[in-house]
Amino acid sequence: MKRYDMIVVGAGPAGLSAAIEAAKHGLQVVVYDENARPGGQLFKQIHKFFGSKEHKAKIRGFHIGEELLAEAAALGVTVVLNAIVIGIFPEKEVTVKVEDRVEHIKGDTILIATGASENMVTFPGWTLPGVIGAGAAQTMMNLHGTMPGKRVLMLGSGNVGLVVSFQLMQAGCEVVALADAAPRVGGYGVHAAKVARCGVPFYLSHTIVSAEGTDCVTGVTIGQVDQNWQIIPGTEKHFDVDTICLAVGLSPMSKLCDMAGCEMEDNPAKAGFVPKVNEYGETSVSGIYAAGDVSGIEEASSAMIEGRIAGIAAAAKLGYLSEEACQKEIAIQEAALDGLRQGMFAPGMRGKQITETEEGVAISQNLLQHGFVAEEEIVRFPGVTHQKGVHPVIECTQNIPCNPCQDACPKHCIRIGSNITALPSIDAEKQCTGCGMCVASCSGQAIFLVDEDCGDGTAEITLPYEFLPLPQTGEKGVALGRNGKPVCEAEIVKVRSAKAFDHTNLLTMKVAKEFAMQARFFQKGESV
Amino acid sequence: MNDRNRALKPFVPQPDDDLIVCRCEEITKGEIRRAVHDGMFTLTEIRRYLRTGMGLCQGQTCTKLVKSIVARELGVRPNELGPATGRAPMRPIAMRTLAQDKEETK
Repeated sequence: MKRYDMIVVGAGPAGLSAAIEAAKHGLQVVVYDENARPGGQLFKQIHKFFGSKEHKAKIRGFHIGEELLAEAAALGVTVVLNAIVIGIFPEKEVTVKVEDRVEHIKGDTILIATGASENMVTFPGWTLPGVIGAGAAQTMMNLHGTMPGKRVLMLGSGNVGLVVSFQLMQAGCEVVALADAAPRVGGYGVHAAKVARCGVPFYLSHTIVSAEGTDCVTGVTIGQVDQNWQIIPGTEKHFDVDTICLAVGLSPMSKLCDMAGCEMEDNPAKAGFVPKVNEYGETSVSGIYAAGDVSGIEEASSAMIEGRIAGIAAAAKLGYLSEEACQKEIAIQEAALDGLRQGMFAPGMRGKQITETEEGVAISQNLLQHGFVAEEEIVRFPGVTHQKGVHPVIECTQNIPCNPCQDACPKHCIRIGSNITALPSIDAEKQCTGCGMCVASCSGQAIFLVDEDCGDGTAEITLPYEFLPLPQTGEKGVALGRNGKPVCEAEIVKVRSAKAFDHTNLLTMKVAKEFAMQARFFQKGESV
Repeated sequence: MNDRNRALKPFVPQPDDDLIVCRCEEITKGEIRRAVHDGMFTLTEIRRYLRTGMGLCQGQTCTKLVKSIVARELGVRPNELGPATGRAPMRPIAMRTLAQDKEETK
């Protein structure tokens, strides 16, 4: 029977990161993945990631996947695709289906990094073709280049629902509404804001009453829910759609851990049935580790660090690394993990209602209820200032662990400081040159360059733009507000694309100066 | 969960009882609720009784849904209800593939 130092199940962010760390220390590692492509969900992530620059912030997810694969290949990690692990048995024996045969292998250590599966909700018509998971929508768009539909209703306002809504629009679909049974937007405010300013209405405290259609979805009805999640009669709203996209959470795919004999727990804070693990990701079975979503739903950045920790710990367990060196390396990873688990969306904050930022600024309630910060609210945040000449306006209003904008500005106009979750503030002493690096660096697309008064009664607003086709200089259209509603006429005066912007294009539009602090998006077409 | 003397409220038909919950095996909400009243109190029992979660997706879609229906019927919280046992094969595997899985000569 073939033997490896480490068998990794799942070639996603956690599995690949663990394999890389283990191989770096000399372990012979094999990674199995049931999919035809490695990378787990990373290759579907076309948006820029949040975080610190040390941890791949502002890099798009699929680029991170490419980096991990290259690193794993360079270290001699074997990645076997289309390989389904069908069981884990005593003595760390693993059976895996490769092509048309079952192989038996043994690992001195095993890492289970099988990720998660999407939750579903039931309503009349939920089994109709056209009702799909948000993950399926991403697979169709971002892996296969296929539009899931033309008109889509999204259920779920967590980060997945928000990010996928935006991607659906990028792919050319119309997102007619975003609904969530919860009373408040669940995901990052900046993700919500970029969806809302494209004109997508948010329906919080709303859920799906039914999907219509006989052979496929032709429409959907949503309705408002009361405190007991029951539809309030008379609140129903109908939309003609061909696709209903569900983004209602993930559940750990942890059955392999259970089968391997790991002690399990049903932990709502981890979104389901998960193996109990120690600080190294080791389960109750010595030498079997779990990392990433399988041991508690989080996101890709923390999955990668958990994977690295498990890889290092496995190396130490097998004697490839001294206990001292192991502790040192793991301390670095744990510090990084702590950094990511800060702020309003940290795992420990789940379910808590936050009313103020760390700085003591009242949270935008409009953002939570409607997906965008109201005009009268935006002025109280430290990134929003009035200055003469061009200057950044940072509409970042929640404490999240992210700081690329601070380093992006060559003139040091933007200050976050050492606390990575602090809201960015503007240093008015420093002179903005309008280079746009901050606009492109913001993973939340929340930074605008504004020249409030160009001297001729107009103002210029530079905004991040990730749609095709790109508007042309001289093109006329409509400026939209944060709520996605038309504000005034606008003309494109500059379009910038640069390698350093990594596909975030910078549109500069000219509007009448009284709309300088309202106009935040550009839509082609005539008249207001 | 295995308290066979557990007193359940009488089975009351609900308007959405014909809603399909397990798509692979086409099991409805009403059938799952009825199974609880027939004495199936654990997810493993429900699975053996109705084949919920035994189809192509191996419960990836319906496990959580079935669990919440059973828990509500029993009047307990979903996380008090243990999961169904996980067994090999984790994914549907063709019989001809499994048939080739011979004991290795040592």
